[in-house]
Amino acid sequence: MRHAATDSPLMRWGLPVLALALAAVLLLLPLAAVFTEALRRGWEVAVAAIAEPDALAAIRLTLLVAAISVPVNTIGGIAAAWAVTKHDFPGKRVLVTWIEIPFSVSPVISGLVFVLLFGAQGYFGPWLRERDIQIIFALPGLVLATVFVTFPFVARTLIPLMQEQGRDEEEAAATLGASGWQTFLRVTLPNVKWALLAGVLLCNARAMGEFGAVSVVSGHIRGQTNTMPLHVEILYNEYMFAGAFAVSALLALLGLVTLAAKAVLERLSDRRLGSKA
Amino acid sequence: MTVELRGVTRRFGDIAALQDVTLAAAPGEFLALLGPSGSGKTTLLRILAGLDFPDEGEVLIAGRDVARVPARERGVGVVLQHYALFRHMTVFENVAFGLRVRPRRTRPSEDEIMRRVGRLLDLVQIPELSERWPDQLSGGQRQRVALARALAIEPPLLLLDEPFAALDALVRKEVRRWVRGLHDRVGLTSVLVTHDQEEAMEMADRVAVMDQGRIVQCAEPDELLAQPASPFVAGFLGETNRLRGEVRAGWLHLPGIGRAGPLDLADGEAEAFVRPGDLQVRAATEGAARVRACRPSPAGGNRVLLETDSALLEGVSPERLDRGSPCEAVIAAAIVFGANGDRVLFSAVQNTVPAG
Repeated sequence: MRHAATDSPLMRWGLPVLALALAAVLLLLPLAAVFTEALRRGWEVAVAAIAEPDALAAIRLTLLVAAISVPVNTIGGIAAAWAVTKHDFPGKRVLVTWIEIPFSVSPVISGLVFVLLFGAQGYFGPWLRERDIQIIFALPGLVLATVFVTFPFVARTLIPLMQEQGRDEEEAAATLGASGWQTFLRVTLPNVKWALLAGVLLCNARAMGEFGAVSVVSGHIRGQTNTMPLHVEILYNEYMFAGAFAVSALLALLGLVTLAAKAVLERLSDRRLGSKA
Repeated sequence: MTVELRGVTRRFGDIAALQDVTLAAAPGEFLALLGPSGSGKTTLLRILAGLDFPDEGEVLIAGRDVARVPARERGVGVVLQHYALFRHMTVFENVAFGLRVRPRRTRPSEDEIMRRVGRLLDLVQIPELSERWPDQLSGGQRQRVALARALAIEPPLLLLDEPFAALDALVRKEVRRWVRGLHDRVGLTSVLVTHDQEEAMEMADRVAVMDQGRIVQCAEPDELLAQPASPFVAGFLGETNRLRGEVRAGWLHLPGIGRAGPLDLADGEAEAFVRPGDLQVRAATEGAARVRACRPSPAGGNRVLLETDSALLEGVSPERLDRGSPCEAVIAAAIVFGANGDRVLFSAVQNTVPAG
């Protein structure tokens, strides 16, 4: 007779196998294909495609955009999570919903909104032109679009955790004479540091990979406003498959490194908690 | 240090959590705020701590109105309900926190912090736990850390919000005595919030009983028991039987029990509170009451649960009574509240006439 809590062998082995198979087909296979295609014609071709000036410019631009957007969203995300979870104010629910807008709106639309606002024909277009400020088809536009699209990552990772942790420790800190800033630095932030790192890394992965919104505001000027995903598209459309896959592989690699870093950090945080039990 | 609340009102939306509360604690006093959940006692404590602010009224600590002063500027020691230890800091760092966050001018040196934290951990008798993390501690140990942490800022006033709720019953009694001893040794003024009447009566010099945002009575434990100000207080303190009846011509008629008197109360509905020890049950040939259960009492004799038409009561009996047998009860002492709120203490065995 089987124990009530024991699943049938089919359930115990069948489900995990199915899940692994799905993951392999949907996630690993495309990734493997990218790397195989990139290296199909040998290392030299792949390296040459990456070392080409336009490709290098795209890599540099992608890293630059990420280097600006990620810190901005880290600070913005912490501030939003802190405001929402540790304070009460009118309109709090609305703010929580707003944080999710970038997730629920297609990135293409986000890009279009920025064109509408800052483009030559946009609301602020004439004003910006008079002052010779270029936002659309330039770095500021790329950063704006990326910041918008990746804003929720940090906030969304922090909010559930901070909500669960409550305000008790902050209140205790206040009764012990700590200022708001001291409480934030010594109590709130250390309590969420691992979640924060995870959120930052996710935000970074997405910032480097963002296509839709960036595509709209970029203008696709080779060597100037093309980020890596856009560069891949151009190469692909021009039937330069080896180059397209080589740059894709590099982009995928950056994402994988980020993911690996996140996994290592999570392992580290688990170990610390485990050793305390 | 004296603590005084004058006309403090706090509303949350339409609900008044505190209504016109006036209360004072003398220097060195141990005051308990006792009441059911939702009676406003935690709100009152938070207002004393500076974690919440009154809509009206004054909060005087050492004579200064601090009603608008936030927690960090009050220097009041607070032990919160679940201790709220800093989870990412060791016990040592938890206790040192209040010293480390001081402005540089008044911050003690590292050596001095070491010395003071060491002394506090000795005081709460857990010097060996200094390098542990909060999640490695038992409930009792956490509570000691929370106390040491609160005392590190040398507060003249200590606030305790249900500090024993997380402890198991055996530890609780011992820790209570220990905390009271600490209060006396350190020379604190303390305010304890609790819903446990036994805890309040055992620890506090005076107990303020709260109900629906008001203080219904504030007195020494003995006085509260002997002269409760209202049926609510009488019902909330200690285990007691609550009986509804009627006063007619100076006699209290209790359905199923009998009548007692004479009493100096006006005619009308009345409510009597009788402690189990004052309800003496004996076997009867017939009667409106039946024995529901009878078990030996650790204090001697038997504890009897009896059932009348309208109520389930607890009394005592020198003999063992059979389950289901008819019985009658005699009230040895009671506190009776009349319809207009008048209260009489009634104690006259011979004047009770059982029903039946």
